Amino acid sequence: MTDNKKIREPLLRITKRPSIVWWKAWIILAVAILAGFLLGSLVIYALTDCAPVKVFKSLFDGTFGTERRTWFTLQQTAMLLCVSLAVTPAFKMRFWNIGAEGQVLVGALAAVTCIVYIEDMIPNWLLLIIMVGSSVIAGMIWALIPAFFKAKWNTNETLFTLMMNYIAMQLVSFMIMVWVPNGSSVLPTQEFGWLPAILDKKYLFSILVVVVLSVLMYIYLKTTKHGYEIAVVGESENTAKYIGINVKKVILRTLAISGALCGIAGFLIVAGAEHTITKDTVGGNGFTAIIVSWMSKFNPLIMAFSSLLIVFLQEGSSRIAETYSLSDSISDIVTGIVLFFIIGCEFFINYKVNVRHSVKAAKEDK
Amino acid sequence: MSVAIELRNITKRFGNIIANNNVSLSVNNGEILSLLGENGSGKTTLMNMISGIYHPDEGQIFIGGKQVSIRSPHEAFEHKIGMIHQHFKLVDLFTAAENVVLGLKEEGRYNIFDVVEKVHAISDKYGFDIDPTKKIYEMSVSEKQTVEIIKVLYRGADILILDEPTAVLTPQETRKLFAVLRRMRDDGKAIIIITHKLHEVLSLSDRVSVLRKGEYVGTVETAKTNEAELTEMMVGKKVELNIERTDPVDPQDRLLVKNISCINREGVKVLDDISFTARSGEILGIAGIAGSGQRELLESIAGLQHLSEGEILYNNPKTGSTDDLRDKTPLQIRELGVRLSFVPEDRLGMGLVGNMDIVDNMMLRSYRRGKSFFLERQGPKDLADDIVQKLEVATPNTATPVRKLSGGNVQKVLVGREIAASPTVLMAAYPVRGLDINSSYLIYNLLNDQKKNGVAVIFVGEDLDVLIELCDRIMVIGGGKITGIVDGRCASKEEIGLLMTKSSGGSEND
Repeated sequence: MTDNKKIREPLLRITKRPSIVWWKAWIILAVAILAGFLLGSLVIYALTDCAPVKVFKSLFDGTFGTERRTWFTLQQTAMLLCVSLAVTPAFKMRFWNIGAEGQVLVGALAAVTCIVYIEDMIPNWLLLIIMVGSSVIAGMIWALIPAFFKAKWNTNETLFTLMMNYIAMQLVSFMIMVWVPNGSSVLPTQEFGWLPAILDKKYLFSILVVVVLSVLMYIYLKTTKHGYEIAVVGESENTAKYIGINVKKVILRTLAISGALCGIAGFLIVAGAEHTITKDTVGGNGFTAIIVSWMSKFNPLIMAFSSLLIVFLQEGSSRIAETYSLSDSISDIVTGIVLFFIIGCEFFINYKVNVRHSVKAAKEDK
Repeated sequence: MSVAIELRNITKRFGNIIANNNVSLSVNNGEILSLLGENGSGKTTLMNMISGIYHPDEGQIFIGGKQVSIRSPHEAFEHKIGMIHQHFKLVDLFTAAENVVLGLKEEGRYNIFDVVEKVHAISDKYGFDIDPTKKIYEMSVSEKQTVEIIKVLYRGADILILDEPTAVLTPQETRKLFAVLRRMRDDGKAIIIITHKLHEVLSLSDRVSVLRKGEYVGTVETAKTNEAELTEMMVGKKVELNIERTDPVDPQDRLLVKNISCINREGVKVLDDISFTARSGEILGIAGIAGSGQRELLESIAGLQHLSEGEILYNNPKTGSTDDLRDKTPLQIRELGVRLSFVPEDRLGMGLVGNMDIVDNMMLRSYRRGKSFFLERQGPKDLADDIVQKLEVATPNTATPVRKLSGGNVQKVLVGREIAASPTVLMAAYPVRGLDINSSYLIYNLLNDQKKNGVAVIFVGEDLDVLIELCDRIMVIGGGKITGIVDGRCASKEEIGLLMTKSSGGSEND
């Protein structure tokens, strides 16, 4: 019949899934990560003729190949996780804080300033405490400025926090010029204000601090009245007002916590690893942290895994870039591909794609 | 009479939910068919399949005797099907005529004067009352609806589907609309009207098709049926359609609203010199066209609106003191010992948090209790279990996000929570909007129970029949002003309808 063609149903139809069993969701996620890795290694293969299996091996080699590399990977993960923890309460409140980069940087700057001016005038432990205190206050101030304007005049926090980043960077450049007036304009590695090594492991102290912070953040968000208020304000400001939450107070309080954690991250970077500062000390972690936080649905425990995955990709592929003398951007490309797959797989978790059952329809016609 | 459109054995599923199961019905040219059913019975889904928004999983659609497949709203237009949705899809800054031709691909040059002429012709033919050069934002709800209808007629629709067209209209406007629809029927158009108001079905349509929980129950001729039979078809059992109204016992002035005015952000006076008293043990109804200041009035009392004038006095039955609630925050009001419960119009946007589960939503009112830094979840959990059981909330468990519940169940959770706070004043804005008959009556009974407990109940409603049956006094507001307060026991629908429309004329004369 000629009419047959006309009355066919559309080729693809998308329907919302009412619910999905947890293991199916995990399978979809696993397939997505695998597909992302595959495409990523194909890109590397196209550039280097290095077989995909070898790419995986190099990735792993670059991150966990030696003990030194393993500790470095873990330290990087801890730093990214720490910044992710810091931005999480703000994002859970739907306060678009993209200024973590600057907040961490001023935290680091405060720590370095303490080292430069105090040096060995006081015992190291006392210096460290003063460093923590000033980093926390610096990060807090950097976050509270946009929060205050948001609460008071409802300014756009996205632009505000972003601009605060540039101010922080220029501030760092300025301070380095003050400290190193002539020559290289690079602040040499400082001798004082080092975190003590535990079990001879240089990075262990800062990693443990971040582990404790993760647990505390999890408890804070899940079981406290503050955490509940953050969730209500984030979901619906109207509801918050309706039940009498002081929204302005919650915004200020939450951003103070967010900024303080950023300050701690800055302190850990200085005292635990770098012992100096440049304006790129944070290295984009302030922005990557946003992805980590959202991807993990604001769950601090899942964030640990997400941070590890991203650091694994970044460090691993920059190792590949070194080996094959490729541009360092290859690490961004591979990370981008895998993230794209992970975020894209949400669609398949929430929706089902129905293909037209043309074979069945054709049979019925006969 | 020829058959305009016929549906045969239509089935549509969303995941595990069957929205329509094996539904068959037909409409003739020159006939008005009412599609009757409770909320969630699948009426809108069925009509969306005719208008090309969804595609049926099984079954066939015949138009003029030929089988068709409607894959998009555009194809629906080609089959001369036009749907008038509940929520209008108009561009506010455009005129009526511009909206009518929006999206049309006609040959030749676009000439707005021709369009205006044609709109005039259509209006004259069917008796619409519309100015094609008027901008949409200047129009009343009823005029906007008229534009939507003309829009589909302009595109040459012969089959018109109207989704709950009277929900937003006053009784007078409804009568006008029905006259137009009858004229279109006499002109040979096939009309399907989705509704759950029985008296409209009986006064307007030729035949009635009834759906219940996605199943097709049957079709009857309107002349041969009555309200009781239709209700039974719709709910599946006999329902007592009377609301009991006891006399107020020992009413005392609980809330005195004195000369309040409120100016919104755009500088419009949304409340204008409103004064009334809410008494304990009494239900005070508030009637009015949507957007006449009902929301602002309740929000002012709840401490969510800034007032420019007036005062709101609360007589505390426990302490005997009188407090002014004006310009206090909800928290300050609570700290004064005022037990004020408020069921807002926007349930998921204000009363509840959609993404949180039932327990966490219970906590909204009570989480501050105690000095502990940590949340106490057991109390809210018990309350949630209690409400789910007592009000028969259909949910897998109390850990289900409320946005996944149906409208009626969402409302049960909200009303349940507000009543659990044992209020002395209970305000409810459109508490039965979108609810099926059974849930609606459950809510009416809950309000009545509160009244008997000596609560001052303020009930903002839209169904005048219900207001007249339920309320002790009915306050009518229009354009932010009180246009009259009538006794619920002797008021008539016409009287209230006139008071509702009085304001717009009144404000112009001022």
